[in-house]
Amino acid sequence: MTNDGSSNGQHRAGLAASLAGRAAYGNGRPAGLMSVPQGSTALAAKDFKSDQEVRWCPGCGDYAILAAVQGFLPELGVPRENIVFISGIGCSSRFPYYVETYGMHSIHGRAPAIATGLAVTRPDLAVFVVTGDGDALSIGGNHLIHALRRNINLTILLFNNRIYGLTKGQYSPTSELGKITKSTPMGSLDQPFNPVSLALGAEATFVARTIDSDRKHLTEVLRAAVAHRGASFVEIYQNCNIFNDNAFEVLKSPTTRDDYLIRLEHGQPITFGKNREKGVRWTASGTLEVCSGDDPSVVVHDAHHPDPTLAFALSRLAQPDLAMTPIGIFRDVDRPVYEDMLADQIEQAVARQGRGDLAALLASGDTWTIR
Amino acid sequence: MPTKEVRQLDRVIIRLAGDSGDGMQLTGDRFTSETAEFGNDLSTLPNFPAEIRAPAGTLPGVSSFQLHFADHDIMTPGDAPNVLVAMNPAALKANLADLPRGAEIIVNSDEFTPRAWQRVGYSSNPLEDGSLADYRVTAVPLTSMTVEALKDFDISKKDAERAKNMFALGLLSWMYHRPIESTIAFLEKKFAKNPEIAKANIAAFRAGYHFGETTEVFAVSYEVKPAALQPGTYRNISGNLALAYGLIAASQATGLPLFLGSYPITPASDILHELAKHKNFGVRTFQAEDEIAGVTAAIGASFGGSLGVTTTSGPGVALKSEAIGLAVMLELPLVICDIQRGGPSTGLPTKTEQADLLQAMFGRNGEAPVAIVAPRSPSDCFAMAIEAARIATKYRTPVFLLSDGYLANGSEPWLLPDVSALPDLRVDFATEPNHVADDGSRQFWPYVRDPETLARAWALPGTPGLEHRIGGLEKSDGSGAISYDPENHDRMVRLRQAKIDGIARDIPPLEVEDPDGNAELLVLGWGSTYGPIGAACRRVRARGLPVAQAHLRYLNPFPANTGEVVRRYRKVLIPEMNLGQLALLIRAKYLVDAISYDRVRGLPFKAAELADVITATIESIQE
Repeated sequence: MTNDGSSNGQHRAGLAASLAGRAAYGNGRPAGLMSVPQGSTALAAKDFKSDQEVRWCPGCGDYAILAAVQGFLPELGVPRENIVFISGIGCSSRFPYYVETYGMHSIHGRAPAIATGLAVTRPDLAVFVVTGDGDALSIGGNHLIHALRRNINLTILLFNNRIYGLTKGQYSPTSELGKITKSTPMGSLDQPFNPVSLALGAEATFVARTIDSDRKHLTEVLRAAVAHRGASFVEIYQNCNIFNDNAFEVLKSPTTRDDYLIRLEHGQPITFGKNREKGVRWTASGTLEVCSGDDPSVVVHDAHHPDPTLAFALSRLAQPDLAMTPIGIFRDVDRPVYEDMLADQIEQAVARQGRGDLAALLASGDTWTIR
Repeated sequence: MPTKEVRQLDRVIIRLAGDSGDGMQLTGDRFTSETAEFGNDLSTLPNFPAEIRAPAGTLPGVSSFQLHFADHDIMTPGDAPNVLVAMNPAALKANLADLPRGAEIIVNSDEFTPRAWQRVGYSSNPLEDGSLADYRVTAVPLTSMTVEALKDFDISKKDAERAKNMFALGLLSWMYHRPIESTIAFLEKKFAKNPEIAKANIAAFRAGYHFGETTEVFAVSYEVKPAALQPGTYRNISGNLALAYGLIAASQATGLPLFLGSYPITPASDILHELAKHKNFGVRTFQAEDEIAGVTAAIGASFGGSLGVTTTSGPGVALKSEAIGLAVMLELPLVICDIQRGGPSTGLPTKTEQADLLQAMFGRNGEAPVAIVAPRSPSDCFAMAIEAARIATKYRTPVFLLSDGYLANGSEPWLLPDVSALPDLRVDFATEPNHVADDGSRQFWPYVRDPETLARAWALPGTPGLEHRIGGLEKSDGSGAISYDPENHDRMVRLRQAKIDGIARDIPPLEVEDPDGNAELLVLGWGSTYGPIGAACRRVRARGLPVAQAHLRYLNPFPANTGEVVRRYRKVLIPEMNLGQLALLIRAKYLVDAISYDRVRGLPFKAAELADVITATIESIQE
């Protein structure tokens, strides 16, 4: 109970009601699409292909992601006109042109802010942001972290190829230390970002990582990301076969991937290796370490834990050589969504002040009449 | 009690000055409200430091409020005060140079301790050393009289001392025969949560009033008769408030919900604060993480069919430039309110200037034309906000509204408009395909233009069958598909320019005020210089010299008759608070040898100064 006046109490009651509404998956619809209308006609992947010729380099990982997204969109049951893709600048940001929905190819780094303005005013739209490691983490880093902390109902797909492709091969904020590129002939001096750690630090409520070539995993992660109400952050490891080929090869090759990848599943023990012979457990100092897969203290993954400590510790497991790279959903928790709270404030304002009356507003304050 | 003399005046300019913490802005606001209620015409100018609370008693900490009120219509807050109320030595020292000889000075003598006057560099007490002999000085122990008047109240000594501004307000209210009921009601409301403080402030206010009535110190009170204003209901309004109200009115007229994306910046923040209070109008205000997010969120909202607005000042415009270029390319409506302040860089955050005209005009990469409007007075911000929204939505273009610190914080009486007479600005959204492809299929092409306005078809997300993509890359005329074709780019550059140029057919012509009809000199201005230029022209005409005045409220495009107007006169004089930015445009566009008169002091022009410049210019023509 609050003792700071009835208006605040009412406000909280309104919030609680909107939260309760969100938790329920009404009409079998995922919470992330609760306010988006349902389509009456079934669509197929081809319905999401635009008439534009796709112009990524042959062999680019973006093709696989585009195909996975186009294959996944029909299952949302959302009409094409209620889906919007917003992108910034970079190879990945050409994405909206190729999807037969509404879309905007904007300016470098600003897609999360543009999408924020759209999502906040149009809750009937499913809004996606497509961005890259340079776009989201370098020039647009500020907008990304603020969209995440505000928990705007967006699905943010970050295509991470650890290189600048469109400007032809400079190092990016996720390039490894010492990387030789055109702009770093003696090796990069920049400590790279870990995008998952960054998103968790930015108070994100949904954080996941997946890989361009694993369509099944990619689709599962997308499904959960769209279902989540609030900002969903999905890092997609994506191969740039021109400027940074095979950057994630150890995570893809059948001979190495089982030892390098840790597949996170909510409620399951965190084990990896060909025969699940390895696991992770807490150390006394609060970090995670590798143990035997049958160790009784193997940590069970809990993506819904309100505290992000486990998710963060998992994000720190990945080594510079990609050993122990977790993929899957690190964190998926409920927190009030910005636009829902704003809509609630508008309702409260109307209830308290009445619907806006312009004549009364202009005449508010001291007035006087000359006859 | 002997009846005191009442002297009639036609106008008074009064300046209240004190520490930032002395409540001078509040006192000024209240005196303004009393004056408005009484029926004088008025104009105000607050002047405050950039520091929130500079050290007490220092020159940088002085905050002031100037009010000009008259029994006739006036155009400016006045050049030089007839009356200065100085709450401490710093306030006296900071303002003395602005006073003409013979001006009246009322000082709070309690604050004139050696320590206080030494602190601001006086070597002796100015109240005693004869240095103020040219002025009529009245020393009143405001603080101690306030404390004495409040000795029976259950409040701290500090709270009692803080009520000294209300004592001063009461004294002034007596001196100028102001109605006091509204101030009492105001204090009751302001301190509703603390009735003892409310009662104490009211008591201090009344004590000041009664002191004036009874003391021998003030032998005379003054009366300024009400002005003959147009009949109707009035309120006093500042430019930022009028702008906020204008945006809400524009939202209602267009039928588009208002979305404001903004980052706090002086002197624009009050618009964000005001609009945040009016969510019951469906207004969504978004305090963004930076200036860029403020404008890009507004672009996102526009894309979705809101009235997207961003408010800022010059440094913020610099940060928003790339995004404004995007809106030019997307051809989406966007209103950018630039409340100009002294620059460059951080410059003079709390002072006025009009040096962002060329930034608004040209401050983007590529050929990126936008429309520009500029209100000419505080209340005109209401009308021009609606105009900005009208042009933005009708032509699918960014529109700059250039206000400034003087308009933003200055105030004047405003005849309330009839809201039922607001224009119908509803937008004609695309709902159907607008193109037939070679194979006979019907498609939506986002860059098919209205032949009249050249505005492109605007389809909102959520409209079935019209799914399309827009972006910052050059696009093919009509279809909007990405195009690198050289001829197409040339055509699109010209189309975007022609669309903005064509707005000239849709705005009122430039009006000239030339009452004598035989002026050889035209004084041309824009923005907040309207008042000082108008007041100066009146003075010049009173000297028997004809002069014409025209004021641009539309700066891009210029009204269609602008060239004809500026060529009609032998000379054109353009006073600006910059180094001749409008003059540069007028000279370039119309090949007219316009004369610039520029001062960039962070303060509005003085009417007397401009009158002298105009007179000298007329004399130079006649020689």
